[in-house]
Amino acid sequence: MKTKFTKFAAAAMAVVMAFALAACGGGSNGGGSSEGGDNVLKLGGVGPITGPAALYGQAVEKGAKLAVEEINAANPDGVQLSFDMQDDEHDAEKAINAYNKLVDDGMQVLVGTVTSTPCTAVATEADANRTFALTPSASAPDVTEGHDNVFQLCFSDPNQGVASAQYVLGNFADAKVGVIYNNSDNYSSGIFSKFKAEYKNAIEETTFTSDSATDFTAQLSTLKNAGVDLVFLPIYYTEASIILDQAKKMDYAPKFFGCDGMDGILDLEGFDTSLAEGLMLLTPYTPYSEDAKSKAFTEAYQAAYNETPIQFAADAYDCVYAIYEAFGKTGLETSASMEEICEALIGVFTGDFTVSGVTAESMKWNANGEVEKTPKVCEIQDGKYVEK
Amino acid sequence: MADRILKSISTRGLKNAVRGSEYKKEALISYGILIAGYLVLQMGAMMGLIGRNLQGQFIPICVYISLAISLNLVVGISGELSLGHAGFMAVGAFTGAIVTRVLENGMTFAPARLLIALIISGAMAALAGFIIGLPILGLRGDYLAIVTLAFGEIIRNIMNVLYFGLDENGHLKFAFNHEIEGIENSGRILTGPIGATGVSKIATFTYAALLTAFTLFVVLNIKNSKQGRAIMAIRDNRIAGESIGLNVKKYKLMAFVVSASLAGMAGCMFGQNFSTLAPVKFNFNTSVLILVFVVLGGIGNIWGGMIAAALLTILPEALRQFSDYRMLAYSIVLIVVMIATYNPTIKSRVNALWTKVNPFKAKDKEGDKDRKRKKSGKEAA
Repeated sequence: MKTKFTKFAAAAMAVVMAFALAACGGGSNGGGSSEGGDNVLKLGGVGPITGPAALYGQAVEKGAKLAVEEINAANPDGVQLSFDMQDDEHDAEKAINAYNKLVDDGMQVLVGTVTSTPCTAVATEADANRTFALTPSASAPDVTEGHDNVFQLCFSDPNQGVASAQYVLGNFADAKVGVIYNNSDNYSSGIFSKFKAEYKNAIEETTFTSDSATDFTAQLSTLKNAGVDLVFLPIYYTEASIILDQAKKMDYAPKFFGCDGMDGILDLEGFDTSLAEGLMLLTPYTPYSEDAKSKAFTEAYQAAYNETPIQFAADAYDCVYAIYEAFGKTGLETSASMEEICEALIGVFTGDFTVSGVTAESMKWNANGEVEKTPKVCEIQDGKYVEK
Repeated sequence: MADRILKSISTRGLKNAVRGSEYKKEALISYGILIAGYLVLQMGAMMGLIGRNLQGQFIPICVYISLAISLNLVVGISGELSLGHAGFMAVGAFTGAIVTRVLENGMTFAPARLLIALIISGAMAALAGFIIGLPILGLRGDYLAIVTLAFGEIIRNIMNVLYFGLDENGHLKFAFNHEIEGIENSGRILTGPIGATGVSKIATFTYAALLTAFTLFVVLNIKNSKQGRAIMAIRDNRIAGESIGLNVKKYKLMAFVVSASLAGMAGCMFGQNFSTLAPVKFNFNTSVLILVFVVLGGIGNIWGGMIAAALLTILPEALRQFSDYRMLAYSIVLIVVMIATYNPTIKSRVNALWTKVNPFKAKDKEGDKDRKRKKSGKEAA
């Protein structure tokens, strides 16, 4: 009897403690007025700070914080911003928890979420709950589809696929094109299906899944034997780095062409950057750009965090500025509720609002929530991105 | 007669024969936790004491509790290690997503849709459990664990290449490894690696709690039935079980299939709580997580698993204040709890402390004797 009672008592105690802890974090101020500072607009962010996609979430957190600090310092008497980033581990269930936590804490506008699958889940919650969301990097079309309150600052996957196909058709008209893509990944298969539809000519297709993303010799041999001289890689840079390495080992040197997931390859630890020479990629931002805005951002970011920003950081930085400027146009006070701000911001974003940032000049949004901006194609030369 | 012999083979059966109240007590505690938990959370939510963050976890908590109970049927009662539970959950989740979408046009009453989806999901998961269980249940221990792991991954990989959709006439279309042609975006149900999108979310806390109660009812009743005693007898002494003519494979398969079916229903409820559902959610990690609930709550201990599932679901959220160190803190808590729960020194210290303040001192002697009897019985076995 005794042990049972002890166990039960211990378990009961643990339950009580867990609830106490949860209550500490909880509270139920349903997104109303801001506390503390008088004139603060509360931004929240959701993204992977831990787990396999942590690099993206951390870059977004740093980029957004940099913009918040700049805005606050530039105009101490005007609207101030606060930013709270919550971890979702790149998991839809955790992302909803993180979003709910932010709403509990009185968030007014959501910057996020960072990755596509969690963002699709959060978009539905944010739609039902009327939170304005501007995602820096969730590029799947499902993110914005059917939700009037969710906007993208990055290109959607279909647009990237279409833009890549147009560029390849325009610049490598005679090339025999092959592809290696991840058919278990939303991003990769999403881009490729649109690329294929736009490109129309024959493509030598090879695939892998996230579980087999360590050895690509079979795919590379297939492409090599088929005489492919341009390989389209709509995948993330960690896998691409292995492909580049293995291609070099088998003396196969086609032109490699990637999308925005390729960004970050030069900063990958232990990666021989000479392998990436001649790699082309579609990206809205490069840290080596001569553009005044990009340069200023890159320098500020390096000074603050002692590392080179990736595109996700630039996207998040632009998100915060876009929200800040749009909020100024709504004419609302920062004491307005999350729902009021949501409706007002939807009005501004679907109107003739344009904003210029690090990733593009005069970005504007259509009613679907997709951004309209010009893509940039870069080539890696001497370990740097050179715009084409 | 055979039932009597079973009781004498199984140590737990023996104890049960001696003290018939054991099952009643277990049932009382299990249902008690469920009902008390439901009432406290529901009232807390109604009175506005519980924030969105915790409210959003109500349904997942119920689902994880159901999964822990159903896995306990295999791991605790049948005594086999299964690492593929998330696979059955996936079968249920995606079946549920398809069924509710197909029924959406004709059936406006959401609870009826959910009920039908739950039944079909349970049946599909049972079928999957049967197909998988049939060839592999001859294996024992670690071998079985590895094969179930592999099957869990196979199920998830099949989900990765499944495409389902409704065309404009409302007919269900199916494709393997490529997108279906002629389907509008709004008609997509399953899209390979993207999974189910546009789920209309019909799960509520009450339905989820009812499902948990149903799972509890099934598992406790199996445990307390002739079949359950046969399953436990085989667990405790396979040779003795075979010698009195028990069909080992049949009983093992029974536990496995029922467990899979209940996991499928839980998966269906889980899927109906999220607007989007990717196959990657049901990977090996989720299987292990469910196993952790069972192990932490004490293998075979139904209500222990329930508490462990609830706590370990809330814990990562409760630790959000540690921000960057959250997952580190979670791991440390897990290690500490695992060590503390099974450390004999800590156990005896706690027991000693409990003896001092125990208000039921009179009962102690009897309890001690009972425990000794149990111990010697185990050693003999």
